[in-house]
Order: sequence, then C-alpha cells, then structure tokens
Amino acid sequence: MNRITLLAVPALGFLAILYALPLLMLLAKSVSTADGLSLAEYRSFFADEHNMRVIWRTLRVAALTTLLALVIAYPTAFAMSRAKGPWLTVYLVAMVLPMSLGVVVKAFAWSILFRANGALNDALQWLGLIERPVRMLFTETALVVGAANVFLPFMVLPIYAVVRQLDARLPEAAASLGATPMFRFFNVTLPLTLPGVVAGSAFTFSLAVSMYVIPSLIVGERQQTMSMLIARSFLYLRNEPLGSTISAVLLAIAVAVVVLSSIAARRLGARQ
Amino acid sequence: MTRTDEIFRALSWVVALGCVAFLMLPIVITVVVSFSDSPVYTLPPPEWSLRWYRSLGERSGLWDAVTMSLNIALVSTALALVLGTLACVAVSRGDFRGREAIATFAVSPLMMPGLVVGVALLQFFREIGLRDAYWSLLLGHIVITLPFVMRTLLASMSAFDFSLIDAARTLGLSYPKAILKVLVPSLAPAYLTSGLFAFLASMDNYPISIFLTDARNKTLPIKMLQYLEEQPDPSLAAMSSGLILLAVIVLAFGARTVGLNRMIQG
Repeated sequence: MNRITLLAVPALGFLAILYALPLLMLLAKSVSTADGLSLAEYRSFFADEHNMRVIWRTLRVAALTTLLALVIAYPTAFAMSRAKGPWLTVYLVAMVLPMSLGVVVKAFAWSILFRANGALNDALQWLGLIERPVRMLFTETALVVGAANVFLPFMVLPIYAVVRQLDARLPEAAASLGATPMFRFFNVTLPLTLPGVVAGSAFTFSLAVSMYVIPSLIVGERQQTMSMLIARSFLYLRNEPLGSTISAVLLAIAVAVVVLSSIAARRLGARQ
Repeated sequence: MTRTDEIFRALSWVVALGCVAFLMLPIVITVVVSFSDSPVYTLPPPEWSLRWYRSLGERSGLWDAVTMSLNIALVSTALALVLGTLACVAVSRGDFRGREAIATFAVSPLMMPGLVVGVALLQFFREIGLRDAYWSLLLGHIVITLPFVMRTLLASMSAFDFSLIDAARTLGLSYPKAILKVLVPSLAPAYLTSGLFAFLASMDNYPISIFLTDARNKTLPIKMLQYLEEQPDPSLAAMSSGLILLAVIVLAFGARTVGLNRMIQG
C-alpha cells in the first residue's frame, strides 16, 4: 500500500466516526426495543394518518420548490453564460451575496413580505391584481416561494457550470443541418445540459425536504413538515422513539436522492 | 439566428433579471427595515433612523453569539482545510479502489438532513460522555465544513499536475513542504472558494447546532431565532446589514484577487 493513501485516514476516519457511526446508531435505535429488534415503531408511525399527511406535505413542498427553482434557474444560467463584464458581475453577486444573509433573517424577511398588511399585498393591490388583501403567510405557496428563494443559487450554479462548457457550435451545427429551434433544444441543448439539471435538482430537493427554519417562520406549527416533527419530538415532546423513527424515514429519503442522482449522473456521463 | 432564437434569448434575459431581483429582495428588505424608526416591521418605513444600530451595543447576548459563531466557523473551516487537503492528495495520488464511492461519501453530508445529523450527534456524544458544548459544536461543524472543502478540492486536484510536486522534491523539498509551497498556492482559488463557502455554511447552520448548544454557548442563528420569538425588533435587521456589508467587502476582495467567476466555479 502506497504511503500517500494513508493521508486519507484522518478525514475519512473523522467522517466515519462522527458522521456515519452516529447515523447508524440512530438507525439501530429506531428498530430496537427492550425485547429485541422490532418494527413496531414504524408500523404505528405509518398507521397514523397525521404522520402520513406530514410526509406527503414535505415531499410535495420539496418537489414544488425544486420545480420552481428549476424553472427560474434554467433560463438564468443561459443568460449568465452569455453575459459579460458588469452584467456577469451582477449575476454572480446576486448568486453569492444572499448566502451571507443567514437563513433565519431571510425567512423572516419573507414573512414580513407575506403579511396580510405586508408590502407584497400592498403592491398587488396597487397593481390592481387583487381587490383586498389575501392571506399569504401560513400558506404552502408562501413556503414554496420563500424556500425557492433561499435554495435558488444551489440550482443555478451547477446548471451554469454545464452551460458555460457547452460548445455553442453544436446547436449551430444542428441548425445548419436544418433542425428547427424546438428540435435543437430537445435533442441537442437539453441532453447536454441535463447533468447540471440533475445535480442542481438533487441538491435543491435534498435541502428542501429537510428544511426547518424556513417552514417554522413562514407556515408555523399548523402545517408541520418532517423536520418540524423531528425537532418537536426531541426538543419539546421528549419522545425519542417517535423522533428516531421520523429521522430514519427522512434519512432514507435523503439517501435515496443521493443514490438515484449519482446513478443518473453516471448514466449521463457514460452516454456522452 | 432565427426569430425563435431571438425570442428565446430575450426570454432568458427577462427571467434572469427577474431572478436577480428575486434573490436580492430579502437583502433589500433587511437593509430597509434596519433604517426604520418603527419597532414593528412596516414597509416602507414611516420615518428613517439609526436607533437600531445604536441599540446593538446593548444586546450583549447577540454579540456573544456572534463571537461564538465566528470562533466555531473559523476553527472548523481551518481544520477542514487541513483534513481535506490530506484526504484529497491521497484520493488523487494514492492507490484507491472505488475512488468515486469515497468522494460520494465525503461529500454526502451536504445532502443529509441537518436535524437528523444533529440528533445522531447528540445521542452519540451522550453515549461517549462528551458534555462540553464548545467541543460538541466544533466537531459537529467539521461535519458541515469538510464536505464543502472536499467537493471543491477534489475537483481542482484532479486537474492539478502532480509532476510539479515530484519536481519540487527532486529540488530538495520534503513531501509536506512541496504540498505546502507548490500545491496550495497554485490551487489558491479553490482554497479561497471552498473556505468561504464552508465558513458561510458553518456561520449559518441551525439544524445541527440546535441539538449541541447549551444555555451559555449559543451560536448566532440560534440566538437570532430565539430573539425573533421573544423581541422581534429591527436590531436584528441592523446586525444582519452589518454582516451583509462584511460579505460585500469579502466579495470585493475575492473579485479583485481571483475573479468572481473563478471563485464561484472553484
């Protein structure tokens, strides 16, 4: 064995002991009871309709957040790849600067905007789009908009990285061979940018499915997500078995996203 | 270029401008609210004032949290850079089977639910009898910062020409010296980028920290959320505006030294 290989031991050892091992212990705890292994906790967890509603809401919000972020990020990445000089600076600053504003303050800023007497309602009334204030805070739409805002840079940057490398001559070549713009987009541009889309979507989805601060400030306890249920069961209810069970379910979702996205990335890489 | 191309191009430009406005909105709101005279958040502010900036001096709990967060973020980022450099050199140069699997594992904490990692760490520390909040926080935050460093350094080391290290060694440098004097300087943008993102992620972490803090050791995001629940006046907006200004300075410095585009792409 090469001596250089040993240099990996501190970092990988650290992650094995302080990341992998604790998670495995959590999983082990969620299936063990006083009298041996048992899935009873899971059975009663999934039998409870409230829990199922929380899981579906969490997945739905994460999917909608990812979709909204993707719809905004995809064209933006193309505009960024064509931008030069000060315009490029504007785009790049817009991606990085919001990260310096903590998620607590960002979510709170959105909750100010979404209030019934908040600026967003005033603006919409002024534009004549609505007649009287509508309830926005505490709605799922508000949560999706706020979450997409926070996670947007993590969607734009991977797509931008791919679009920037895109050989502009390929769509042009397709055009010179008579391909229509639609055909070119779906058969040349989109497949070539798909690795960025997969990377950005997987990252955004995994952040959105486990977000805690944003929903607690924008929708509150009335519409719980899985993370809020975890925090509640550990910090307030002191119900560790319940908390461990939801944690294991959320962990399974996150691992599935990591595994599926790395399989998809490998397939896309092999095809090109 | 056909007409459809032009329409697509114009459309992407409109969306991109909307995207910039959307991203900047929370920053604008925070800064505007911080200069408001009113203790409740009304927009636009009825009167302008600096009272929330002045009041920052009296919020000693807030400053303790800022120092705590800075301390944890700086130390955990520095340790992650050291551990990450060693591991990335090993993965790039050593004989490894399943290099990709190792890279996926080292980067995976970025995509794991923070609260679950936090709970797992809490139970683990309890099991091994570690009760000190500072050490728990520090160890927990290395789990956050290390993946950021690994992700960027792995990518840039795969493009690094390691024969430069061999050349430096024939010229008499020891292996550690060669790494420090040749590899680290030539990958400076990657170090700056990954260090910055790791630092910001640590500063902003709520879900792992919430399980590891105690009454005396609170990090900034935890203190801020608690503050919002107890006394939601705009002094928090004033402090955040200060942090935004700090970020602008760091970004301007980064843009001058390595260029924003290189910085963001690692």
